[in-house]
Amino acid sequence: MTYRSMIKFFVPLAVVVAMSFVSACKKKTEDVITIGEYGSMTGTEATFGISTHRGIEMAIEAVNAAGGVKGKKLKLISYDNQGKAEESVTAVTKLITKDNVDVIIGEVASSRSKAAAPVAQRYQVPMISPSSTNPEVTAIGDYIFRVCFIDPFQGSVLAVFATENLKAKTAALLIDKKSDYSVGLADFFTKKFTALGGKIIVEQNYVGGDIDFKAQLTAIKAKNPDVIMVPGYYTEVGLMMKQAKDLGLKAVFIGGDGWDSPKLAEIAGPALNGNYMSNHYTTDDKDPRVQEFIKKYQAKFNEVPDGLAALGYDAALVLVDALNRAPDFSKKSIRDALAQTKSFAGVTGVITMDHNRNASKPAVVVQAQDLVFRFVRKIEP
Amino acid sequence: MAEFIQHVINGISLGSVYALIAIGYSMVYGILQLINFAHGEVVMLSSVFGFYVAPYFLAHMDPSIGLFLVVLTVAMVGCGIVGFLIERLAYRPLRKAPRINCLITAIGVSLFIQYFTQLDFVFGAIPQSYPELMSREVYFTIAGAEVSNLQVLVLGLSFVLMVALQWIVYRTKLGKAMRAVSENTEVSALLGIPVDRVISFTFILGSVLAAAAGTLVSTMYPKVDALMGTLLGLKAFVAAVLGGIGSIPGAVLGGLVMGMAEEFTVGYLSSSFRDAIAFAILIVVLLVRPSGLLGKSRIEKV
Repeated sequence: MTYRSMIKFFVPLAVVVAMSFVSACKKKTEDVITIGEYGSMTGTEATFGISTHRGIEMAIEAVNAAGGVKGKKLKLISYDNQGKAEESVTAVTKLITKDNVDVIIGEVASSRSKAAAPVAQRYQVPMISPSSTNPEVTAIGDYIFRVCFIDPFQGSVLAVFATENLKAKTAALLIDKKSDYSVGLADFFTKKFTALGGKIIVEQNYVGGDIDFKAQLTAIKAKNPDVIMVPGYYTEVGLMMKQAKDLGLKAVFIGGDGWDSPKLAEIAGPALNGNYMSNHYTTDDKDPRVQEFIKKYQAKFNEVPDGLAALGYDAALVLVDALNRAPDFSKKSIRDALAQTKSFAGVTGVITMDHNRNASKPAVVVQAQDLVFRFVRKIEP
Repeated sequence: MAEFIQHVINGISLGSVYALIAIGYSMVYGILQLINFAHGEVVMLSSVFGFYVAPYFLAHMDPSIGLFLVVLTVAMVGCGIVGFLIERLAYRPLRKAPRINCLITAIGVSLFIQYFTQLDFVFGAIPQSYPELMSREVYFTIAGAEVSNLQVLVLGLSFVLMVALQWIVYRTKLGKAMRAVSENTEVSALLGIPVDRVISFTFILGSVLAAAAGTLVSTMYPKVDALMGTLLGLKAFVAAVLGGIGSIPGAVLGGLVMGMAEEFTVGYLSSSFRDAIAFAILIVVLLVRPSGLLGKSRIEKV
């Protein structure tokens, strides 16, 4: 090695070593509570992550502006998981081991929450999922919470609505086979729908990321069902509605909160009109708390908040409520305080943690009219 | 019966798209024995071009076939330039290198374009919806099966482009040069054929067809996504191999077989088998006819 090449090699090395030393020495500042967030900021479900993030951000800003929690400010660290389960595991591991977060908020999609929850449970860091509805998510451990209702309830809401309001006798299912949410919700819908005397006459599958659904829709059309139940996410659902119209399919689509995104109307266009989804809240709610949230959100982001933004906001505020009640800020105390959450008045309803760490709340069914979802019916648990 | 015919129509329109992409793979392979993995990314870039360009034209024109053709032309020109650049910058410097180097470079180019497109100032990682270039209407009905103007357009445009391609390859001097280079590169060079220029032209031609496929895909399935080229490219590649890689009619046949197989699998077997069946057909065909349905079997000199 010549002298010059030695300089070239060792100087950057020395800089790197010095820098890592400095960062290792940086002491964790004691007067903040760090909240880790992971979500799909990019990818096919990008609006899920972005909306949730905005909701959380808004809640934290408001709390910090009011002086924080017991004199401590809240600090949010967010990571993008690109809508992938394996990236969620990486993100949560990094939040816990590198950023030393006190508590974690995430994810929307049940498959990703299920992938990351075991990590949080292993390190005993409380995790709050704002909107994963699959029942198995919180069953992973006693550090995993959620602030939304679960799919057995959502599935029965859709079944009851299809039978009572739409007078449906027959239904078709179009399921994303790779999504825990989709498979679970379809299952719970089927149970309730058949119990109410309905019949599933055709079941078709797809995989998230597909763009062509004409084959499935043609097979469904041949059976002529009263409703088509699509427990999927908005990108695929939007394309399906468009293609269904193209094929002259007249049956109405129903689905769950996975539809909830401004992108749905953009992709489906007028084909969206007339279809129904169940959701966590509706912008038609006259409750002043809801209207104030919508007004503030619109002023900040110039967009009507979807259900996921509302749930992100509620998740952050449920956490703040628990922090205020906790005797100290150890992870164990935060967990215990979260478990005792009682009658917390959120934007998406009154939240009480049951002994399975799920929130039991009413659901609303909304219908698309002129590309906007309008309130139709509220169903209590 | 209506269901069956509807499946056939859907299968043909899906198959035509695969065919258009497969031709690009086949032409490049026929001449360079190189599998151009970046081809799927050219399809994606075509949709990205359309996504950016369409709003300017939409300001002056209503959605119509005319608007579609304008956007298509822009995408074709854009992708032609991209195809030229890929060959000039990535593959030509490796012309004398072992074939495996080119293959790895092709994968590198593909990944580069995917991730470059995902940068925020290029297109971003969030899927966007493609502007509506044509309003869809039901064109006519055959025995209860509905055929939309888009499906007619896909079929018509694919047919026109394939005929044009056949004409270029078999009736023009350039086509003759392409066939000569594909037969034997060194002898062609000795005979005074500008091999580099012919190869550039082949890439441009393939990319223009990919642009057509991309615009058609986005018009039918209005979603633009930086990663959409991967699966489309893979399926089209399988179609090209199925039909006999290196053969243009083979690529068309392979595309149609793939489209039909997928459609009928979903319609009459189970949608879970969609991709499995397509690949199973590939395996069976390759076992029985290793050079593909219409491929010529070459004897490799050792």
